[in-house]
Amino acid sequence: MQALYAQLLVGLINGSFYALLSLGLAIIFGMLNIINFAHGALYMMGAFCAYFLLSVGGLSYWWALVLAPIVVGLFGILLERTMLQRLAGLDHLYGLLLTFGIALILQGVFQNYFGSSGLPYAIPDLLTGGVNLGFMYLPIYRGWVVIFSLAVCVATWFVIERTKFGAYLRAATENPTLVRAFGINVPRMIALTYGLGVGLAALAGVLSAPINQVRPLMGADLIIVVFAVVVIGGMGSIMGSIITGFTLGVIEGLTKYLYPEASNTVVFVLMVLVLLVKPTGLTGRAA
Amino acid sequence: MTTLTTNSIANSKPTAPVRDEIRTFIILTALLVAVPISGLYPFFVMNALCLALFACAFNLLIGYGGLLSFGHAVFLGTAGYITAHALKVWTVSPELGIVLGVAASTALGVVTGLVAIRRQGIYFSMITLALSQLVYFIYLEAPFTHGEDGIQGVPQGKLFAFIDLTNPIVLYYVVLAVFLAGFFLIYRSINSPFGEVLKSIRENEPRAISLGYKTDHYKLLAFILSAGLAGLAGAMKVFVAQNASLTDVYWTMSGEVVLITLLGGLGTVFGPVVGAFIIAAMQEYLASFGQWVLVIQGTIFVICVLTFRRGIVGEVAHYFKMSL
Repeated sequence: MQALYAQLLVGLINGSFYALLSLGLAIIFGMLNIINFAHGALYMMGAFCAYFLLSVGGLSYWWALVLAPIVVGLFGILLERTMLQRLAGLDHLYGLLLTFGIALILQGVFQNYFGSSGLPYAIPDLLTGGVNLGFMYLPIYRGWVVIFSLAVCVATWFVIERTKFGAYLRAATENPTLVRAFGINVPRMIALTYGLGVGLAALAGVLSAPINQVRPLMGADLIIVVFAVVVIGGMGSIMGSIITGFTLGVIEGLTKYLYPEASNTVVFVLMVLVLLVKPTGLTGRAA
Repeated sequence: MTTLTTNSIANSKPTAPVRDEIRTFIILTALLVAVPISGLYPFFVMNALCLALFACAFNLLIGYGGLLSFGHAVFLGTAGYITAHALKVWTVSPELGIVLGVAASTALGVVTGLVAIRRQGIYFSMITLALSQLVYFIYLEAPFTHGEDGIQGVPQGKLFAFIDLTNPIVLYYVVLAVFLAGFFLIYRSINSPFGEVLKSIRENEPRAISLGYKTDHYKLLAFILSAGLAGLAGAMKVFVAQNASLTDVYWTMSGEVVLITLLGGLGTVFGPVVGAFIIAAMQEYLASFGQWVLVIQGTIFVICVLTFRRGIVGEVAHYFKMSL
């Protein structure tokens, strides 16, 4: 049973990353009509940002948690202003191709300077150790990742569904021209949205740094799984993305315990099944 | 929404396109036939021809059907693995090896096509990418692929028991013949009634449906044809490289074929060939730059998408008002 709980915990952690990343993808897609292929590379940049802040600036994990999403978010805004913006009105697929190119550049540059092996990032002092819950041993850091990610997801949901900014955002997703006619600066909002989505990816990167090590290709394979998660969940609903992300993480963890050989493929197999039964995805609208 | 390919606008004179294309095709064939006497390294050209056939097969989907498959490497790699395994372990003849490889990728095309065409646009791309990753993980663990090592030292043998494929010049002409056959098949397909329906789906699928076309059937058929031809390229690649490895099924390879076609010109007849030769040359001469090749490829992607979406051949064709 110990092994089962341990794998479930790993699943929850992976689920946190799936949720944070697919949430960002969904927000960006809603506003920009772009599937951000660079999301995995920006997640990696978040982790590297944390690494640099510690090794060069001497700033702790807690600073990284705040600063990395801001730095990467600003970088995202720069990308949006200089490149993505020019794709407005073109086929969605060009956005995919452009961001794929950006991902190749970012990963290539980091790989060139840091190789393919991982750089270690220590767990902050406050979160080291673990507690015995009776039925399992819980490393505090891992528990923290799950709870913190959940909190960030819920906060993002709250911002988008319950605040004025979120209302503008949802309105601009539905009809940007009309929202612009009301005097709201839609292009700035698009840039901010991209920054927000990318910041969430960077945050996931910081969270994952102490667990998965900091590697240039840490986001390359992950993003493909997240694409499958997005296909399964559909991009129509924020809460849908969060729930699908966590659920698939747990299912993956469960598979690792029951039939380890399939743990890499289970999400893709589920995607096929969902497509056969309900092609629009579990929460999605027809695209 | 604008259509994906800016190369899709028809030319002024209705008979001119075919004439331009056939003329170019004859020049291309003559150049390729002359390669062995030109002193160019034949293995480089053979490798480029395999890539070119792969890219032409991919272009059939994206350029004429408007379907961006982001997992096309899986068909190249599947045929490669099956052909290599058949030649090395079952010691079948080369022609049977090729048939088995192509059959395998065609069958895989049927299965993935049935799943992927259930969604359109961007979702189609994500689904094909995810499916290719699924197949990649299967090959990673399957014993017959030998995991990271791949299938090495595949014997080339004698085609139809008398054409000696171990001779580079002979092999070159066999690869060239297969490439030209595949290229011609694609050319015929896009100019057939089937191709016309495919283009109408790219331009406006709901309208094609309202005209009574079962668009899913057309898309599936295009997908299977494309998968089979990508498989043919993969099978030929085995004879050239004498191995089959995981690189050919990985997403980087899928990205590469997208790059080749984008650079050459989406939806142009000759674009994928030009793109394949450029990318193959880049890999040949820039190999010493290591990871910078990835950066260069990424940069080409960005430049192509931002500044010349017609691609090289598309721009030339547009400038001279020709169809290429």
